[in-house]
Amino acid sequence: MLEIKNIKKSFGSLKVLDGVDLKVEKGDVIAILGPSGSGKTTLLRCLNFLEKADEGILTFDGEEYDLPRTSKKAIADMRKKTAFVFQNYNLFENKTALQNVTEGLVIGRKMNKNEAHDIAMKALQKVGLSDRASHYPQQLSGGQQQRVAIARAIATNPKIIFFDEPTSALDPELTGEVLAVMRQLADEGMTMLVVTHEIGFARTVSNRVVFMDGGSIVESGDSRTFFESPREERTRAFLRLIGDSMAE
Amino acid sequence: MLDTKLWELLIDSFPKMLMPGLTVTMPLTLISFTLALIIATVTALVQFANIKGLKQLARFYIWVVRGTPLLVQLFIVFYGLPHVGLLIDSFPAAVMVFSINSGAYCAETIRAALEAVPHGQLEAGYCVGLSYLQTIRRIVLPQALRTAFPSLFNSLISMVKDTSLTTCITVTEMFMVTQRIAARTYEHLALYIEVAVIYLIFSTVLTKVQTWGEKKLNYYGRKAD
Ligand SMILES: Nc1ncnc2c1ncn2[C@@H]1O[C@H](COP(=O)(O)OP(=O)(O)OP(=O)(O)O)[C@@H](O)[C@H]1O
Ligand SMILES: [Mg+2]
Repeated sequence: MLEIKNIKKSFGSLKVLDGVDLKVEKGDVIAILGPSGSGKTTLLRCLNFLEKADEGILTFDGEEYDLPRTSKKAIADMRKKTAFVFQNYNLFENKTALQNVTEGLVIGRKMNKNEAHDIAMKALQKVGLSDRASHYPQQLSGGQQQRVAIARAIATNPKIIFFDEPTSALDPELTGEVLAVMRQLADEGMTMLVVTHEIGFARTVSNRVVFMDGGSIVESGDSRTFFESPREERTRAFLRLIGDSMAE
Repeated sequence: MLDTKLWELLIDSFPKMLMPGLTVTMPLTLISFTLALIIATVTALVQFANIKGLKQLARFYIWVVRGTPLLVQLFIVFYGLPHVGLLIDSFPAAVMVFSINSGAYCAETIRAALEAVPHGQLEAGYCVGLSYLQTIRRIVLPQALRTAFPSLFNSLISMVKDTSLTTCITVTEMFMVTQRIAARTYEHLALYIEVAVIYLIFSTVLTKVQTWGEKKLNYYGRKAD
């Protein structure tokens, strides 16, 4: 459903993505792991054109995009079929939780207001926040804000959702509520590409894991094999490292 | 110290000063400031959006206006332009200069406020399917204007006081009327203090409006952290 070939991206002389290939099938939940600075965020951002790749072909939902040469119109159309959940939520601070969700429907997709309202309320209900619909982001906890951001993402009925470390800005006691929502989405068959440091999530929710280091994919495979018998030494070193930090 | 005659003069001249305050000073300020806000928003946005050509033009405009005295600008428009066949009445000339002048200062305020809106919100806008302009208009600009509000009010209050300069280009506003009464009665000290008090009243009222406005605008709450 989504396939990328040979994405390359540099910032100045710094090579951040060095020829990444990835294939996502419908219903896949793919966890992207990797040390800090390995290019995970950049990869997601290139897929949604928030960052312009230097090279690479994206095939998505039957369309092909030459990443560095995609028109504004094609970008806008592509974005309407996807959603992005950011590490720091990025809710619209001048809008209530409900308005954050309806904005993309009413303004982005020209849906009528009543219909958008119903869809948005359902989305908020799904993330357990229908009672916070009229709160502004700054009146919500981090975990609640991220759940609103997820409601905003699912309301537009995207074909895939990109998550960039959705829980790493949260206090440990708040990550659970966000992960639970993501787990539920996964169970319902939502296609998700999730950059995460949550090994538990990668192990139990994702069906595939991709391990990145130094701008390329070192190893990928179904999550059980990945965790039980990693092939690459770098993967093993990484897993040991987070194993240690989790044991602390 | 204040004898009855002086009291009577002050009481008698109060409405005479207040009237042009309400019919000239305030309209001049409000019209000019409204125009200034429009100019400022456009000027700030072309810079924020980095539109080639227009951005340089905006920088040039701000550079010239901020680098020259308001009084000189008034003289150029009112006394200078007629030499090239552009005769503008004193009131519209004042409106023109004040809106252009204040527009430059407010543009800087609004630009800074636009830049203070976290960039992630723009990206979130694109990701939910908004266009650049929709994101600016619905997400970024409203937040920027809230941030800019206190500084913009500063500019407004400055403008109220600066309108006294237009007496030099023959606008019959509060200060001009005061000067006339003073010339007739020789009570300069008392009368100029009196008009200063009226300016102070105007500023105080505007400050109250500002406080009220800030409360209104604070609807989406700041975290108390
Ligand atoms: N806009 C930018 N300009 C310059 N360098 C950048 C930019 N964005 C990212 N980089 C650099 O690219 C490299 C990869 O960054 P990226 O954010 O993709 O890493 P990451 O794998 O997401 O790391 P983390 O786990 O810390 O989030 C880093 O060295 C980073 O400093
Ligand atoms: Mg990252």
